[in-house]
Amino acid sequence: MEGIVGYGACIPRNRIKVEEIAKVWGADAPSYKRGLMLEEKSVPSPDQDTITMSVEATKNALKRAPIDPKEIGAVYVGSESHPYAVKPSGTVLAEAIGATPEVHTADFEFACKAGTEGMYVALNLVKAGEIKYGLAVGADTSQGAPGDALEYSAAAGAAAFIFGKENVVAEAVDTYSYMTDTPDFWRREYQYYPQHGGRFTGDPAYFKHIIGAGKGIMEKAGMKPSDFNYVIFHQPNGKFPFRVGKMLGFEKKQIEPGWLVSKLGNTYSGSSPLGLTATLDISEPGDKILIVSYGSGAGSDAFIFEVTDRIKEVKDLAPRTRELLDKNRNYLEYGEYAKFRQKIKKAD
Amino acid sequence: MREVAIIGVGMTKWGELWEKSLRDIYVETALLALEDAGIDKVDSMYVGSMSSGLFVGQEHIASLLADYLGQANIPSSRIESACASGGLALRLGYLEVASGVSDVVLVGGIEKMTDVSGHEATYALGTAADQEYEGYHGMTFPGLYALIARAHMEKYGTTREQLAMVAVKNHHNGSKNPLAQFPFQITVDSVLNSVMVADPLRILDCSPITDGAAAVVLYPAEMVKKKDKPMVKITGSGHATDTIALSSRKDITWLEAVYKAAKQAYKEANKGPKDIDIIEVHDCFTIAEICVLEALGIVEKGKGGDAVEEGMTSLKGKIPVNASGGLKAKGHPVGATGVAQVVEIVKQLQGNAGERQVKKARVGLAQNMGGSGGSSVVHIFERE
Repeated sequence: MEGIVGYGACIPRNRIKVEEIAKVWGADAPSYKRGLMLEEKSVPSPDQDTITMSVEATKNALKRAPIDPKEIGAVYVGSESHPYAVKPSGTVLAEAIGATPEVHTADFEFACKAGTEGMYVALNLVKAGEIKYGLAVGADTSQGAPGDALEYSAAAGAAAFIFGKENVVAEAVDTYSYMTDTPDFWRREYQYYPQHGGRFTGDPAYFKHIIGAGKGIMEKAGMKPSDFNYVIFHQPNGKFPFRVGKMLGFEKKQIEPGWLVSKLGNTYSGSSPLGLTATLDISEPGDKILIVSYGSGAGSDAFIFEVTDRIKEVKDLAPRTRELLDKNRNYLEYGEYAKFRQKIKKAD
Repeated sequence: MREVAIIGVGMTKWGELWEKSLRDIYVETALLALEDAGIDKVDSMYVGSMSSGLFVGQEHIASLLADYLGQANIPSSRIESACASGGLALRLGYLEVASGVSDVVLVGGIEKMTDVSGHEATYALGTAADQEYEGYHGMTFPGLYALIARAHMEKYGTTREQLAMVAVKNHHNGSKNPLAQFPFQITVDSVLNSVMVADPLRILDCSPITDGAAAVVLYPAEMVKKKDKPMVKITGSGHATDTIALSSRKDITWLEAVYKAAKQAYKEANKGPKDIDIIEVHDCFTIAEICVLEALGIVEKGKGGDAVEEGMTSLKGKIPVNASGGLKAKGHPVGATGVAQVVEIVKQLQGNAGERQVKKARVGLAQNMGGSGGSSVVHIFERE
């Protein structure tokens, strides 16, 4: 049965604390920390972007997958921060891992669910027998306008998944997608920062679609919340995943292993995929995992995975996600952060 | 002048009504009022709306709403006096029926505020302040009311906790109102620890941004034949204005427009503050309720804070204030607020207010206010 053959994560080592951002804008840090359950977020270095993080995450995935990159028939990168407006991220990634030239490549874009979109397509091409292995990456160096509420959460990170039918670490039991045209968050061409509909991004957007996809896939698979060991929801802030989990009937302990947002921030296309890598890291054979992404605009992709015996062999072949999150951190001041994120630029 | 009765009231659930448009909300609400009145044709309509242009890009709504209500071609007017638009619409409808010009007048109020961002909504609301002396200098309504609150605290010793108690009381009442935007209780602590907006006012001192409408049907009392419910009449109506710039006032803790409008309404109704059983006031900020009670003569100058602390204005107190939850908990779709206050008073006087019913209420008062007190409308109602 098809499923995940290898998985890997990439988290930049730079961090900025909520207090450091709030100090600059005269905002109330405790209320952000309490209200959004955010402590700090990752920040990409000046030379890190969606492509470099995709490569790093994929290299970690390849460490866990005993395959020849030439056998990868599809390379998909989902992001809303592709470095080029015209020119794919996927070609660089495919070249960097040695998957070219006999490979299909595409860049996906659907706000925060571009990563799971790539996963959906790669998995189903494997299932259809069109390709032997398929690679999908969710990666973002997301942008929040200075002083906007998003600035406290917009972070950077990537997660990569290789799908195949042999040496499967987690079998894909079912998939489901739920989508409507709901404009809760958007960025027009040539705009640098996204705009959002404030509270409109909550009930009619995030909650409606995650609940729709969550209920839909459980009904399709004939499963209920208590059948799952773990569940991962998109993590735009700390509070939403717990709230939506409660609404769907999940317990806190099912959510916690994949809940990275308080220390990581919202890595957009990387958000729920990184939660999945962290959950696989601590899972045992037979564990059942539900993941539901969310992308503004708006829609959710849901997957059910069942972990196989192989997990024991592969978990420690590459750094665990929590390790990347907790070790080797470098805290930035707002000035450095502003430079790194190109909010200020040196005169020519 | 003829006596005027309110023969029908309508209100729908308030909140962030993203799935409904301005016309949907209005028609749904107005139809409830017409159904309650048992009437399907009106002679004329008044609609209170502060800023449909800035909130949804639609002006000329008096005609639009009459058309969508199935009342095309009637005389229909949109009334604007900032947040007192609804109360003023009621006064004009009342005068039209009292004068004999029309028999059946529908008075509605509406605002659809959540289709714009918080920033744009703050701007739209800010246009009710004096643009040259306040707006251009960065002043917004939370800022203006914060100045009033600070001055009241300095002058009369009103405490930060007393301000919080206004919000706690109104949320307690609102928790019993299924149509309220925020039908839940809060505590003094939660108010004191909520996000600072404009010192000393915190977010839980401020009324919210709301979509909603309210409507009532007016009719000559002498012509009412159906006696299936207690008749509620408007027995006093008052309207006054003041400088809209706070800086032009002698005493910023005193709301002269409220005082003058109340004086006029009391005189017409031949009633005084002591005769009132139940009140709905314009608590756009907690400090506003305190200042309004003083200007209405319900308490002495400077004693508004003590009144809430001593429980005088609670649901079981001597004069329950904002049994509906007030603007704080029920919500504040600005143009609708003045009409919704009337809906509440009528329900209370008819004994239809459910869990928040005030016992033995016979005389009610509604006070609606524009800006930081640049206009105010006061009505007195009596049950026959």
